[in-house]
Amino acid sequence: MTGRGRYVADVTPPGTLHVALVTSPFPHARILDVDVNEALTSEGVVCVLTGAELAKATDPLRQYLDVPEVQWRPLAVDETRYAGEWVAAVVATSRALAEDGAELVVVDYDPLPHVLDPEAAALPDAPLVHPRHGTNVMAHREFRWGEVDADLVRAAGRTTTRSRWHRNSTVPLETFGVVASWDRGRDLLDIWASIQMPQFPEQVAGALRIASNRVRVHFDVDVGGSYGVKRGIKHAVLAAHLSRTLGAPVKFIEDRTENMHGGDFHGPDRIFDVELAYTAEGVFTHIRIDVVDDEGAFPGRSPLQLAKPIGAIVGPYRIPSATYHATAVTTNKTGQVAVRGFGQSPTNYAIEDAVDAVARELGMDRWELRRRNFIQPDQFPYRIPSGTEYDSGNYPAVLDKAVALADLPALTARRDALRAEGFAAGIGVATCLEPGGGNAIFENVMNPANDKTTFPESCRLRVDGTGQVTAIVALSSAGQSHDTMVATLVGEGLGRDPAGVEVVRADSLTGMPSQSPVGSRMTIVLGAAIAGACSELITRLQAIGAHRLGVGVEEVDYVDGDVVVTADRTQRVPWDELVATAHRKQHLMPAGAQPGLEVVHVAHTPRSGTLASPDGTVQLYPCYSFEAHVVLAVIDQGTGVVRLEDYNVAHDCGTVINPEVVRGMVYGGTAHGIGVALYERFAFSEEGQPLTQSFMDYLLPSAHEVPHIADVEHCTPSPYTSHGQKGAGEAGYMGAPAAVASAVNDALTAEGAHALHALPITPSDVLAALRGAHDRGGPQ
Amino acid sequence: MSSRHEIELVVNGEKRRCAVPGRTHLADLLRDELGLTGTHLGCEQGVCGACTILLDGEPVRSCIVLAAQVDGHAVTTIEGVSAPDGALSPVQEAFCHRHALQCGFCTPGMVLCAGALLDRVHHPTREQIDEALGGNICRCTGYVQIREAIEDVANSAAHHHAGGATVGAGEVR
Repeated sequence: MTGRGRYVADVTPPGTLHVALVTSPFPHARILDVDVNEALTSEGVVCVLTGAELAKATDPLRQYLDVPEVQWRPLAVDETRYAGEWVAAVVATSRALAEDGAELVVVDYDPLPHVLDPEAAALPDAPLVHPRHGTNVMAHREFRWGEVDADLVRAAGRTTTRSRWHRNSTVPLETFGVVASWDRGRDLLDIWASIQMPQFPEQVAGALRIASNRVRVHFDVDVGGSYGVKRGIKHAVLAAHLSRTLGAPVKFIEDRTENMHGGDFHGPDRIFDVELAYTAEGVFTHIRIDVVDDEGAFPGRSPLQLAKPIGAIVGPYRIPSATYHATAVTTNKTGQVAVRGFGQSPTNYAIEDAVDAVARELGMDRWELRRRNFIQPDQFPYRIPSGTEYDSGNYPAVLDKAVALADLPALTARRDALRAEGFAAGIGVATCLEPGGGNAIFENVMNPANDKTTFPESCRLRVDGTGQVTAIVALSSAGQSHDTMVATLVGEGLGRDPAGVEVVRADSLTGMPSQSPVGSRMTIVLGAAIAGACSELITRLQAIGAHRLGVGVEEVDYVDGDVVVTADRTQRVPWDELVATAHRKQHLMPAGAQPGLEVVHVAHTPRSGTLASPDGTVQLYPCYSFEAHVVLAVIDQGTGVVRLEDYNVAHDCGTVINPEVVRGMVYGGTAHGIGVALYERFAFSEEGQPLTQSFMDYLLPSAHEVPHIADVEHCTPSPYTSHGQKGAGEAGYMGAPAAVASAVNDALTAEGAHALHALPITPSDVLAALRGAHDRGGPQ
Repeated sequence: MSSRHEIELVVNGEKRRCAVPGRTHLADLLRDELGLTGTHLGCEQGVCGACTILLDGEPVRSCIVLAAQVDGHAVTTIEGVSAPDGALSPVQEAFCHRHALQCGFCTPGMVLCAGALLDRVHHPTREQIDEALGGNICRCTGYVQIREAIEDVANSAAHHHAGGATVGAGEVR
């Protein structure tokens, strides 16, 4: 706001050296030789590091699948596996000089056969991305839940759709960056990085073969957007190794091209085959989802994104049985990473695309079909066939609010008037879930060897000797307003003014367990930790107060900082006196009480703690937010350009802690979803070259493309969280891609064109569909 | 490597003399030489608008302006928007009030563009606001609360009476 934020690019310790990269021009090639001699003579160049040298001193980066022959390293060793993969790092006294040096590194490659299409990659004769692994299929799981055969028999019809979610990502405005500084005297590694990554310190330490308490990650760095992708283990390992070797701080800030092609920050890239079975009345009886996900060259944590949607595999609908076949394959593209929603938004799109297709098949109103199949408010908690129990919700009421907000009859009249003027126009609807409060049990679902069942979050509360309250957390934030949330909940929990609560970020050595703000979990899990810490602190204060008042602890209450006798509220020990006693007056403290007022509470995720059954059933997420989108799309039939108007969202994330923050999340996620639906795609040529080289090719929606978005909130509290809250960090993004596609398809089908089932929907896709319809004789 | 140029410019009201390599862009000069790290680099391709500064009062992308080109000109960065005593400008106040920022990375460019718009057009239409922001990408907010903040400033009595002056307590014109 004033230019005084501190992002990682702003951190430059004295003597800092800078990194630039040499990257592979081939999608798959053997590295025959790396000649660094000329680069080493270039002005300012300090060293050139090759993959072979780095591999001697470090271990491969962590995989979450059991794939020991898939070795993911910061710099390629022997082979490169995608165009843009890092081959060598040049270190110089400035970034510009490092780039000069990188241009002088000569790499001799022997190109190898490559594979880009994920379905082709899964075939037996496909070129292998990792030959020693023996197949490009990294994971294949088949699940079958409920009375599948009987549910198919009682169906009157089935509709199948093939929905394509092309490769995109969250693409934060700040690229990934890291500064590593190795203190040789103390044998301690300091890291400042733009991260949003669970277990970051442990994984960096593991790859560097050092003890995890030799790594100190600073969480007080502002992160310029992430939405899931800012993982950066390989960046940190590279910079840390260089700092250890060179004895100087080393800074690596990706440029935009490095970020887009070599950062391993792409998102899900999926082909869905969905079959919905239903009765003659349009009541769903079964859903089958087959999905192939293109992980790129290195799967890392990405295949786990196939497991999260198991926890919402039937969407908001009462579908008694489900079949799910999930396949993760590698191809010669940059690696995939966690993206906002961890696989849920693509799955929501596939489900909603299929629901719209059923409506067209049955000639039924899309709103009515959804209402007919919604889980009803009185059916919660509702166990879906894949084992998760949805906590609470009122889907019909939220859809009603969206319809009212949009003024659907008027919107329909406007759509029809636009059609009369010669535009193709359509109204889209999507009703989608946002699982919140991730506990990472999907690791166990995709790989039973991962037996992690908790994913904790912590808060330390400190009341100092003058009575000021400080809350300490140990995570970095990327704009999610965690400080506001923490101060609000601490203030309310202790009955103190939230404006006076200071929120501080500990580093990874002084801090408490945290799994970082992923999976829409901070208000839920950190919220639980805060509630626990407040409760423990109040217990301490009550013990002191009761002792001072000469009554039993059960005879007092805590009221806004004071301890009062329940039966006679005139008898009280005020806050200042409680604080003074705890810090300075042992003679007035109860025997055995610790001095000071400091508590730490570490909270499990609500409803966690259970391993998945062999059939994959488990409580995946503790709570489920819900959103309904209604949007008008207007298509220029001459250019195929889609313009969105009148975007409406009704949203239910239970108890709202801060309304401005929640609606900001809804708007931002919706804008991101609009990008996915209409603009954003990492494209590759048949030769494996990335075609999206800059923001002139990879299109981010601007104020011109994002219409005004209206949001209305509904509140169905969760019975399983400290304040009834649910997740909101992925709001908007859960439903926008599906809603925009629904609107475009309403417009196209009214013109007699086929519906489109691949995102992003480009002007050329629209024109081709319209041309096909006109060739067939126009609207039917 | 490349030529060096002696330049003199006014940055946030203060005269600065620098010697810069010919290839150095203005954003790197501001960040690396003058320590004004509020100017953020998002793409260095002139597309995202995060590095927007005001050059003689007009928004420009400092990643595609060479430092040597600004010799003799006045630059306002985000550090020059609030008053010397730290008081926020009306645009900054409105951004805070409306929660018009999340990660903050695009915010300096947004605040400068919004201020330049309001100095030029006291009561902008929604279309004029979108036009002014159209070259600045925000990945967090979906633009809704940014538009609201700008409209708040335009509708405020103080803005009406001041006839603008939303940017640059330290700006030299």
